[in-house]
Amino acid sequence: MKERVAHRYMANSVPAIKQEMLDAIGAGSVEELFSQLPTEHRLSRPLDLPPALSEGELRRHLVDTLAKNGTTERYLSFLGAGCWQHHVPAAVDEVVRRNEWLTSVSGEPSSDHGRNQAWFEFCSQLGELLTMDLVGMPVRSWGVAAGHAIRMASRITGRDEVAVVRAIDPERLSVIRNYCEPVEMPSHISVRLVAFDPETGLMDLDDLREVVGERTAAVYFETPSYLGVIEHQGSEIAAIAHAAGAQTIVGVDPISLGVLAPPVDYGADIVVGTTQPLGVRMNTGGGVGGFIASRDEEAYARQYPTLFVSVTDTAKEGEYGFGLALFEQTSYGLREKGKDWTGHSVYMWAIANAVYMALMGPEGFKDVGELILRRAHYAARRIAMIDGVRVAFPSGFFKEFVVDFTDTGRSVVDINKELRAHGIFGGKDLSRDFPELGQSALFCVTEVHTQADLQRLADTLSEVTAR
Amino acid sequence: MSATLREYHAPVWNEPVIMEMGYPGRRGVAVPEAEEEVGAEVGEATDLIPAAMRRHDRPALPEVSEPEVLYHYLRLSQQTLGMMGVSLFGTCTMKYNPQVNEAIAWRPEVTEVHPYQDDDTLQGTLEIVHRFDNILREMSGMDQFVFQAGGGADAAYTSCAVTRAYHASRGELEQRDEIITTIQTHPSNAATAAAAGFKVITLMLDEDGYPSLDALKAAVSDRTAALMVNNPDDMGVYNPEMREWVRVVHEAGGLCFYDSANFNGMMSKVRAREIGFDACMFMLHKTFGAPKSGVGGPAVGAYGCSAELAPFVPTPVVAHDGERYYLDHDRPKSCGKIREFWGNVPVVLKAYAWIRAMGAEGVAEASDISVLANNYMERGLLAIRGVTRSHPDATSPRLEMTRYSLAQMKEETGVDVHDVQNRMTDFGVDAMWTSHEPWLIPEPFTPEAGEMYGKEALDTWIAVLARISDEAYSDPEILKTAPHNQAVHRLDHETMEDPARWAMTWRAYLRKRANTVTEG
Repeated sequence: MKERVAHRYMANSVPAIKQEMLDAIGAGSVEELFSQLPTEHRLSRPLDLPPALSEGELRRHLVDTLAKNGTTERYLSFLGAGCWQHHVPAAVDEVVRRNEWLTSVSGEPSSDHGRNQAWFEFCSQLGELLTMDLVGMPVRSWGVAAGHAIRMASRITGRDEVAVVRAIDPERLSVIRNYCEPVEMPSHISVRLVAFDPETGLMDLDDLREVVGERTAAVYFETPSYLGVIEHQGSEIAAIAHAAGAQTIVGVDPISLGVLAPPVDYGADIVVGTTQPLGVRMNTGGGVGGFIASRDEEAYARQYPTLFVSVTDTAKEGEYGFGLALFEQTSYGLREKGKDWTGHSVYMWAIANAVYMALMGPEGFKDVGELILRRAHYAARRIAMIDGVRVAFPSGFFKEFVVDFTDTGRSVVDINKELRAHGIFGGKDLSRDFPELGQSALFCVTEVHTQADLQRLADTLSEVTAR
Repeated sequence: MSATLREYHAPVWNEPVIMEMGYPGRRGVAVPEAEEEVGAEVGEATDLIPAAMRRHDRPALPEVSEPEVLYHYLRLSQQTLGMMGVSLFGTCTMKYNPQVNEAIAWRPEVTEVHPYQDDDTLQGTLEIVHRFDNILREMSGMDQFVFQAGGGADAAYTSCAVTRAYHASRGELEQRDEIITTIQTHPSNAATAAAAGFKVITLMLDEDGYPSLDALKAAVSDRTAALMVNNPDDMGVYNPEMREWVRVVHEAGGLCFYDSANFNGMMSKVRAREIGFDACMFMLHKTFGAPKSGVGGPAVGAYGCSAELAPFVPTPVVAHDGERYYLDHDRPKSCGKIREFWGNVPVVLKAYAWIRAMGAEGVAEASDISVLANNYMERGLLAIRGVTRSHPDATSPRLEMTRYSLAQMKEETGVDVHDVQNRMTDFGVDAMWTSHEPWLIPEPFTPEAGEMYGKEALDTWIAVLARISDEAYSDPEILKTAPHNQAVHRLDHETMEDPARWAMTWRAYLRKRANTVTEG
């Protein structure tokens, strides 16, 4: 039998080295080292796994398999709904792929100074977009950020209800429910949905007044909303929440903040949102991340479940150091007595976010926000000209808008299937989650879409719905 | 077992914070203008925004050109030791992050794909996820895996959510409100159980290094919802009574969750299901070779469970009907979503690629080598003055890591484990991991040799600690003031805990510094 060659990932897989190490410890075999494991716990056969592949074979296998995917490079895509196609500058990819960051270990401030600084710069730049002083290291998604923020508000107020706008991503709502419910648990937070106006997509303030009361820990709403609408009643919503002694939590898409007012301007106490639009590719949904920010007050800082990175002094005069702050209040420090739980998140994407924000600067954010607004509205107007097709909330949206196909007599499923045959990914089907909107789909237009792309969409939709 | 220490000095760039850089008017991107017709059709962008929502100020972001941004962040990467030195960071299972995996993961078939695309346009990704699900089933004996959880702690939370849904489906959730864990099990198990609304019962260790069966029996009752436990723990000690533990918990009607954080030494040796566990978790960003970005992620906690629990897992589940792969959303008993979409797909891809590069023999060998290397290290480390091992009376060889103590060194020299950590980085060796809280062993440290580093690197690590021990006994000041060869000097940690001085953003730093100057 041919002796196996050493494995390319394992320097010590050379038989002579293994023998040398066994000799050094005086063991007769590797098997002796597993004497802690009772025989009855041991698997008595080799694992049945596919055979090992060389690098060339592996590459071929993966490339061939992945070729079965359709990409948004080959298709013209208008999918958004929580994961958006934005332009990612090449410099972002170059930085984020550096092997120095891509470790499987953790490092100390002394050894990983640069990484800690990059993390601090992520928080600092996001703080400028939000005009907020306290920004935690990112969490795993927007829904996770919202869930944690609601639990923070519940701890701060000692209350057990949250009012959440109904016009919310059903996936995000499901995550929020997971963080708040079920009713059997003593720590249960009731999620009470607030209606939206079917004409405007905005929050129904009368319903909000009904829902908010002395048990309300927080009111949570988003702008732009899941349905794309720029919620502009923030001041009224915050006033209603504050009058009841509740916190105001606002969810926001940060790529809009070059043109839209930051939520603190209209009364937000805690701001959450997504980080994916800031230089992270969609990655089939694996590019998502979330953030939590607030005023820099101890009452808030003490409730964060996330890690913080603070700038500090070092032993050398004038030198910046960066390290984890308030670590002991997390679950790492306090186990079940910590503030919820923390763990691996999306810090590699935080580096991408930092580079993206630095490249954009204030003017880049303004320009991209304006371009998105204009192209999205242009697309909506073209689509609204098609017979039987209606844009549900035609004014005051940012990059997404609801297209109602009900009057065409066609289902979104059918329309999207035909669009696909024309090389287009149509909007996200809303008909199941928002039956009140009929056969509607959520279309997303960003800075990557040219006028020609938008015209192609309108023309194809016109053709498809005419049948 | 000797090594000559190399000269090492980190690059020092004295890099400003990005917020201090730039010049008004500079920019790193040029966003195109809207086409003329678009502009003519919709008018000014500002008019498309409700008046109350227009931004009036400019965010105080730096104004920097593309090369300035690029080189700033490349310099920061250079000031990050990462895995360029020798990083034996315990409980992390150091793995090489194969470059071919990175190359594939950045192809557009992975990056430029939307999770809501029709399943017909996701067949490649779905096939890989499904194949990997089958591989993990074989490695654990479980019947279903999901990859939604964004890390190990998130998988522990997933387990709590599934536990809630399972007991609720039987009408027992109000009664079953306790989760049992052990003090040596990762803090996330206790923390997620509490966050999910359970009371947490923590068993303390006995002399053998694990809690006694009697302690478990005293804790178990008809209020037990689940057991959440690591085995081995991160001292390298394996609880040989685990089958009996699982039996006792099952008899009381509870579920058993195996946190396979320390799976490296167990791969191909032990399967969670055969010990009786109902569910388990693997960290793809550690054990399966995907990077975890300096404790940050993106990561994946692969959650696997028995057929009995499968109806309760988060949706969607990747399935195959014999011809076509699809996302099964129709699972009425599901606990709902732990996170949006269906997981960090690039991480799953990298883990799948790693296992395909290893094969069954490679996996078994990695496990062997990590345990062999740990025992090889142990012999060298225990020969160093001031170093002792936890549970010295437990004589069986430790598994893939060992918990040591520098209590003796501290007593004799005043040098503590943090001094040693800082000094290690002066030699291009990453600071060692101490221990999760609470510290059961004084001045702990926990190196994990893993299978990636060669014997020479392990010898270097041992030699560095030996040198530091000599310094502790001859010139402790050099340790107290370390690091000396790093990109940065020792941090002032007090500032970071003081509300008046901590600064998690540059805005906060400027404001607080201004306050200090005014007051001064």
